[in-house]
Amino acid sequence: MYIRLNHRSPLLMSPEQSQRLAAAVDDMPAFPKSVQKILELTRDVDCTPKDLVQVIDKDPVLTVKVLKVVNSAHYNLPKQVTSINHAVVFMGFNTIKNLALSIAAIGMLPKSNAAGFDVQQYLLHSLATAGIAKQLASDLDNADPMDCFIAGLLHDFGKVVFAQFMPDEFRQALEASQRDGSSLHEALQHSIGADHALVGAMLVEKWRFPPLLVDTIRNQHGAGLKETDMTTCVFAANQISKKLQFGFGGNACIEELPPAMARRLGGNLDAVITRLGDLDALFEEAQIFSRLES
Amino acid sequence: MKVKFWGVRGSIASPGPHTVRYGGNTTCIEIRTDNNELIILDAGTGIFPLSQTLLTELPVQANVFITHSHWDHIQGLPFFIPNFIPGNLLRLHGAFDPVSGKGVEQVMSVQLQYSYFPVREAEMKARIEYVTLAPEQPIQVGSATITPYLLNHPVINFGYRIESHGKSVFFTGDHEPPYNIYEPGDAEYAEYQTFIDEKQAAILKAVQGVDVLIADTSYTAQEYPAKKGWGHGTFESSIQVARQAGARVLYCTHHEPTRSDDALEAAFAQALADNPAPPADKTEIRLAREGDSYEF
Repeated sequence: MYIRLNHRSPLLMSPEQSQRLAAAVDDMPAFPKSVQKILELTRDVDCTPKDLVQVIDKDPVLTVKVLKVVNSAHYNLPKQVTSINHAVVFMGFNTIKNLALSIAAIGMLPKSNAAGFDVQQYLLHSLATAGIAKQLASDLDNADPMDCFIAGLLHDFGKVVFAQFMPDEFRQALEASQRDGSSLHEALQHSIGADHALVGAMLVEKWRFPPLLVDTIRNQHGAGLKETDMTTCVFAANQISKKLQFGFGGNACIEELPPAMARRLGGNLDAVITRLGDLDALFEEAQIFSRLES
Repeated sequence: MKVKFWGVRGSIASPGPHTVRYGGNTTCIEIRTDNNELIILDAGTGIFPLSQTLLTELPVQANVFITHSHWDHIQGLPFFIPNFIPGNLLRLHGAFDPVSGKGVEQVMSVQLQYSYFPVREAEMKARIEYVTLAPEQPIQVGSATITPYLLNHPVINFGYRIESHGKSVFFTGDHEPPYNIYEPGDAEYAEYQTFIDEKQAAILKAVQGVDVLIADTSYTAQEYPAKKGWGHGTFESSIQVARQAGARVLYCTHHEPTRSDDALEAAFAQALADNPAPPADKTEIRLAREGDSYEF
């Protein structure tokens, strides 16, 4: 049986396919730099929890896998967990450390893939979006800075999953979007039948991530854009990091803030960028983290 | 309700002339409800002498609750004698291990590998059932309601609250109160502290008003700084929780394997002196001793 995943195109992804995609993520390796750091830190019996957490919470794959475990039905926690720090308090540091270690043992995300998707640039874009979203959140009443960070970090998670597990279709979409400057969302709807926002949201929903996070990932684009303080921060941060070319997530199409978001943030994209001030430090930090060499 | 200690030692069994008074067996506690239902908390080496006493009341229906999968809490399991006698039932309860991805059956299967133990599970005559529990999802054992709570140790560790006929016991298993991994100057410090405060409040609520609290008091306050992050509590941390939760009796357990009986009593006396009871405090504080029982 086929379900309809979005209103624009006929459905191409069956529940079986989405189940397979979710299962495939279990075997997906993390980013090279974090794998390297985890192996290095965990060799040291005196490694501090703080050092390790700061590696995990900057890697979208590690973050997804840890949150997936802590939010699973096995633990039935009173409220869903959105941060690695919170996961450490619930599960204990050593459990998180050993989870990270077992993920690191899978290997490293290859630098190149059949989709031609640059994962290092993707990581840079995700980290910059996370950092900017966190900074924007501090000016709005109803957006938690840490939630915005994690939503920014994971907003494009669907892309890295496509690159790994549906590289041919993903390559077609990337090329189509690059050819005519159209939105990657539409190109993906055409080639896969669902865009990265929808698939990313579907995955994290399956893994029982908090509804706010699921919604923010799902509604990062287009007509269905849900307008809340949190989606505003993540949407704006995403456009800003594209505009300032902080990394590259495969989508060159920059969208202006819808009026309601502009009202919340007190101006259009350029005004928000001016107000944010110097982002060099933020970008530099993201760059250090995404670079392979230590 | 009756509580009997069959093993009070932490880490490794420590028999010998210096531990003869408090005992050398590792963690095992027998609970009997007023209906005589048998609940066993942890299966350290203390479960072996306990299991011998059960041979007079066959068939046995043993409900074993494992706090966590470290050796000192499971090592006696293959030697639980009723397993070898038809008609008995062993129902083993415990947590899901996120690192191995396995449920509580793992604590048995790991130990029954042929290189380590001569009898395979298929050869055991009793019925053995596994129940993997989720935190704060109570389970009924006859008249008793048993609720697991996620505490803090290097592996997933459940504290269990057992309630029956209006009486209650809470056993922590191994537990170190969570601490802030950041320095007060770090940006993340305040947020992390709110997570800890929430967790502490949840633990306190779980222990609230319990008749008997049995808690991990591995270390003294002086020893603790060198053992931070090892997953164990101190006399101080446990006394504090017992008093805040209004526990009637606190049993201090998980004694250090290197601590002689004299040293244990001295450490205990010092902890009591350092933590005088506030006015109107009614919590009675005792050292758990192998063979002792408490009926209430």
